[in-house]
Amino acid sequence: MEWLQQLVNGISLGSIYALIALGYTMVYGIIKLINFAHGDVFMLGAFIGFYAIARWDIGFIPALIISMLLCAIIGVIIERVAYKRLRNATRIAALITAIGVSLLIEYTVIFFRGASPEAYPEVMANKSISIFGASISSQSIMILAVTIVLMILLQFIVHKTKIGKAMRAVSHDADAARLMGINVDNTISATFAIGSALAGAAGVIFGIYYTRIDPLMGVLPGLKAFVAAVLGGIGSIPGAMVGGLVLGVVETIVSAIGYSLWRDAAAFVILILILILKPSGIFGKNAREKV
Amino acid sequence: MLKVNNIDVFYGNIHALKDISLEVIEGEIVTLIGANGAGKSTLLKTLSGLLKPKHGNILYFTQQIAGKPAQTIVKSGISHVPEGRRVFSNMSVEENLELGAYLRNDRDGIKKDMDYVYELFPILDERRKQLSGTLSGGEQQMLAMGRALMAKPKLLLMDEPSMGLAPLVVKKIFEIIKAVNSQGTTVLLVEQNANMALSIADRAYVLETGKIVLSGTAKELQESEQVKAAYLGGL
Repeated sequence: MEWLQQLVNGISLGSIYALIALGYTMVYGIIKLINFAHGDVFMLGAFIGFYAIARWDIGFIPALIISMLLCAIIGVIIERVAYKRLRNATRIAALITAIGVSLLIEYTVIFFRGASPEAYPEVMANKSISIFGASISSQSIMILAVTIVLMILLQFIVHKTKIGKAMRAVSHDADAARLMGINVDNTISATFAIGSALAGAAGVIFGIYYTRIDPLMGVLPGLKAFVAAVLGGIGSIPGAMVGGLVLGVVETIVSAIGYSLWRDAAAFVILILILILKPSGIFGKNAREKV
Repeated sequence: MLKVNNIDVFYGNIHALKDISLEVIEGEIVTLIGANGAGKSTLLKTLSGLLKPKHGNILYFTQQIAGKPAQTIVKSGISHVPEGRRVFSNMSVEENLELGAYLRNDRDGIKKDMDYVYELFPILDERRKQLSGTLSGGEQQMLAMGRALMAKPKLLLMDEPSMGLAPLVVKKIFEIIKAVNSQGTTVLLVEQNANMALSIADRAYVLETGKIVLSGTAKELQESEQVKAAYLGGL
């Protein structure tokens, strides 16, 4: 059952893209900014998880939680320091700032610890179980479990809690949200916190799954998660989930049929196709609205 | 309850409101009439904290609210029904109403006020689970009003509630404004439909290019030749 095996691999990879893509899409939804530093928050999450597990010797779940918390704080700091003052500036100014923040994070990490890669410690025995003839590693199951739990949690926050409703209100119409008494600044910070926490979680499970992390590891997954967010329809939370999974599966299929050198190109071919054929993405809304 | 003293508001370089003073007394319906671009919406946005005046002050009871953030102003009891309704069209009717009560934590009170809003607008009750973007214009206006009432305002600011609505619906909306007012909510109503507005108001101000040019009781203005010529369709 080769195809089932590949499908599971694709979904594992896609889950990581989806977790990162959620942060892109939520931030875009609320302040219309493509936060290109998001991939670097993912990298920081991977390193925080690494130090937590390898140096402080704590287990996988506590390391995951610490990484998510610290990334949430980092995300809020980035927003408050770099983006907040640009809220009324042109979009291109904010975009360039985001790229600047991205480079700043990457090279700050290199400055302090060097550019050499790090080998992620093994946190769980890599056993395989066999289902319908496909051997599925315990790590794939872990990735899937973490992703599903986080996505359910996110859905709950966005749809059932007060802050989630505030987030949806602000992303729809910030001034109308102000008139409800919603504190728009705090809501934007909360969005960065949640998106960055998800990127942090993605960083830790990426490290465990691929075992090798380095300060520039966030660049390519960050770009691909951006493609995933566009594919799903930027601004749409279900879109980011589906876009991530589709992208992961497509990449895995491209590798599986023997074109592994084209793996990275596949994502960008998808980006080009989606921009030509359906720029609003799978779940994208048309800008039309009833007045 | 509300006293605006000599405020000046700028939109970038445009001097949108020039030395405006007005007063709203508790229990009244006060209307602000004027043509497009006279500065009516700007004034309401300044009162609700979306814009900051450059000079002047706004006294609400004993509190200075000029330049305060919108959430402070909502909390102190001023709700603003914005021009064009601005309902959250990606959310259900019920969620919109819940957002109206965003700053409140009294579950029972919120429940009670939601029932009151549904009683006021039975059509919203029928559509509570429906996405608000699928409502008709009149229903959206009702939702925007209901949403503002969920904050339990003492003062309701209404910006062009009649805009784009059929005459029968406008009549209905104005009846409800009167009903809400008789329950004790003070109303400051901005309208281009001067006839309608003056028919339910106690007092009125006429705004022209950022300045108040006339004020008085609604009856006086209805009979004023100047207002008749400019806003009530002549003769």
